[in-house]
Amino acid sequence: MSALTQAARTETTPPHSVRAALHMRNVVKEFPGSPPVRALDDVSVRIDHGELVAVVGPSGSGKSTMLNVMGTLDRPTSGIVEIDGVDTASLPDKHIAGIRARKIGFVFQQFFLLDGMSTVDNVTNGLLYQGVPPAERHDRAIEALKTVGLGHRLNHRPNKLSGGERQRVAVARALVHRPAFVLADEPTGNLDSKSSAAVMDLIRELNDLGTTIVVITHDNAIAEALPRRVAVLDGRILDDSGRPS
Amino acid sequence: MNHPTSTLRFADILRVGSSGPRARKSRTALSALGVSIGIAALVGVLGLSESSKSDLLDELSLLGTNLLTVEAGQGIGGGDGALPESAAASIQRIPTVEQTSQVIPVDATVRRSEFVDEGITGGLTVVGTDGDLVDTLNGSVAVGVDLDEYASSPYPVAVVGSVAAERLGITDLDQPTHVQIGDDQVQVVGMLDEFTLAADLDRSVMIGIDAAVAAYDAEATPSTVYVRVEEGRVDATRDLIAGTADPENPEEVNVSRPSDVLSAQAAAESSFTSLFLGLGAVALLVGGVGIANVMIIAVIERRGEIGLRRALGATQAHVRRQFLTESVLLGILGGGAGVVIGILVTYAYAATQGWRVVIPWIGPAGGFASAIVIGAVAGLYPAMRAAQLSPVEALRS
Ligand SMILES: Nc1ncnc2c1ncn2[C@@H]1O[C@H](COP(=O)(O)OP(=O)(O)OP(=O)(O)O)[C@@H](O)[C@H]1O
Ligand SMILES: [Mg+2]
Repeated sequence: MSALTQAARTETTPPHSVRAALHMRNVVKEFPGSPPVRALDDVSVRIDHGELVAVVGPSGSGKSTMLNVMGTLDRPTSGIVEIDGVDTASLPDKHIAGIRARKIGFVFQQFFLLDGMSTVDNVTNGLLYQGVPPAERHDRAIEALKTVGLGHRLNHRPNKLSGGERQRVAVARALVHRPAFVLADEPTGNLDSKSSAAVMDLIRELNDLGTTIVVITHDNAIAEALPRRVAVLDGRILDDSGRPS
Repeated sequence: MNHPTSTLRFADILRVGSSGPRARKSRTALSALGVSIGIAALVGVLGLSESSKSDLLDELSLLGTNLLTVEAGQGIGGGDGALPESAAASIQRIPTVEQTSQVIPVDATVRRSEFVDEGITGGLTVVGTDGDLVDTLNGSVAVGVDLDEYASSPYPVAVVGSVAAERLGITDLDQPTHVQIGDDQVQVVGMLDEFTLAADLDRSVMIGIDAAVAAYDAEATPSTVYVRVEEGRVDATRDLIAGTADPENPEEVNVSRPSDVLSAQAAAESSFTSLFLGLGAVALLVGGVGIANVMIIAVIERRGEIGLRRALGATQAHVRRQFLTESVLLGILGGGAGVVIGILVTYAYAATQGWRVVIPWIGPAGGFASAIVIGAVAGLYPAMRAAQLSPVEALRS
């Protein structure tokens, strides 16, 4: 717990409070076709350090596209995406990858754990592309697994874990490198209601410790339980509850 | 502004590149198999051909390539199969000739004893020879002594060739041993080892020339003269011999070099070697295509992993390096296994043939190096495909 608390504190110190964790301005994303599909239509949103935000909307509304653009996995057709104060528009692949390696953590609906290696090694992968030495990676991965309550599952193969446990491993991997924010696309989409609740509790807990998290969901009940909700429809922001004061 | 960069340590490239093969061990073994068969074939073929060739050449250098055989040919005038009586002495006068020995045919049969029917010759012949014949042919005495030990003996004695000894049932000379040559009992004083360069003498029983002429009315005209020539002057000397041996009918004299047969054998094996090397190269190529195939399948199957790694911060170059490393690793595994198998096969087969093992370094070194190159080339296209996959597309699996 201590390492994470520390990490969270570092991320919330003054320089961060003046610049947003994530700032999207007038972002448009079109997919080629006839006619082209406008999946994001003039989207502007600012997410500050320490926030916990739900992006909610029906299927096909553009949530995943938004997450991909936020996470620099995809480039916008136009508009600006700033990560922790850095405009990503003109950056080459090498630096964009560097931003993902250091600033962003991802959690996916399908977990994307590698079955050929243990849970610890899956979590160390979160530090691999920062050039952190192996011994330090290992220590920090164990620390992160303890934080998500899996200190007793270090050497298990992911395919021997329950769905809820797998998603917690993925969460540990998303925070082990102390990112500016974590993006979670339908993190409970493949889980039963009990595991689902446990994962959401974990997400709230981590946010309490200072981690900035964006959760994408089509489940209104989950969204209602989070402090800020951004509603998306047809590629536009329908409603933003804003940062609670 | 100082932009953050993505870094993958060198040791981690190896770790990441080997994670795929480590996770799927049996597939890894199977995909490296093709290359290992190819490399084993190359290493084995080169090793075996060198070992057998060196065996032939060892034998050749032991016997010498400077021995010439001079025989009476069947000339147009119907030669009688004999050289002039003076042939050996004349040849000996050529300055570059070191040693000559002659063989004259004896018209007599040889049997184990007088009680064996005279018609049963067992394919053996009786010849008269000089005492130094064994020496000239670089032959050796297996048991007993050579004829020249008895040069001054008033009684005829005989030595038997290796095949002749066997057919006559002579296994040792512990007891005084006799054979029946024509009407006489002749003591056997020596058994010879095999002559590699004059196989017909193995089937002969040899007596001294004087005894042959005196006791069996043999003509002193030799059927064959063996000539040992100064090393390096063989070809020049060879041209002089026919005219010297039989100045009147030089065209009826055949001069040959028995070691040419062994040389030709070594050359023939070389051409077989090229054939097998070609087959090995084809196997290697097929193995390379196999690796490329497996890598393309791996890239398709592991789209999710590729997308994940991109999300974790891998650059296109990192993904490319991961799959190239994986492919080179398959080449190294196949090459390493192939070299070991090839060497083992060479040792095993050489042992059954009694050869000294010679493994030319080009086999293992070249084989291993080409396996690495094949792995790299086979991985080039799949690795490029993996790197060009967009993260979003890769994650949509
Ligand atoms: N690569 C693409 N090419 C063309 N159209 C696309 C592509 N990706 C997404 N779209 C379209 O963009 C729109 C938004 O898709 P997106 O996946 O962002 O929706 P979503 O809100 O995540 O839906 P869901 O809840 O079903 O996951 C959809 O109409 C989709 O068909
Ligand atoms: Mg989606």
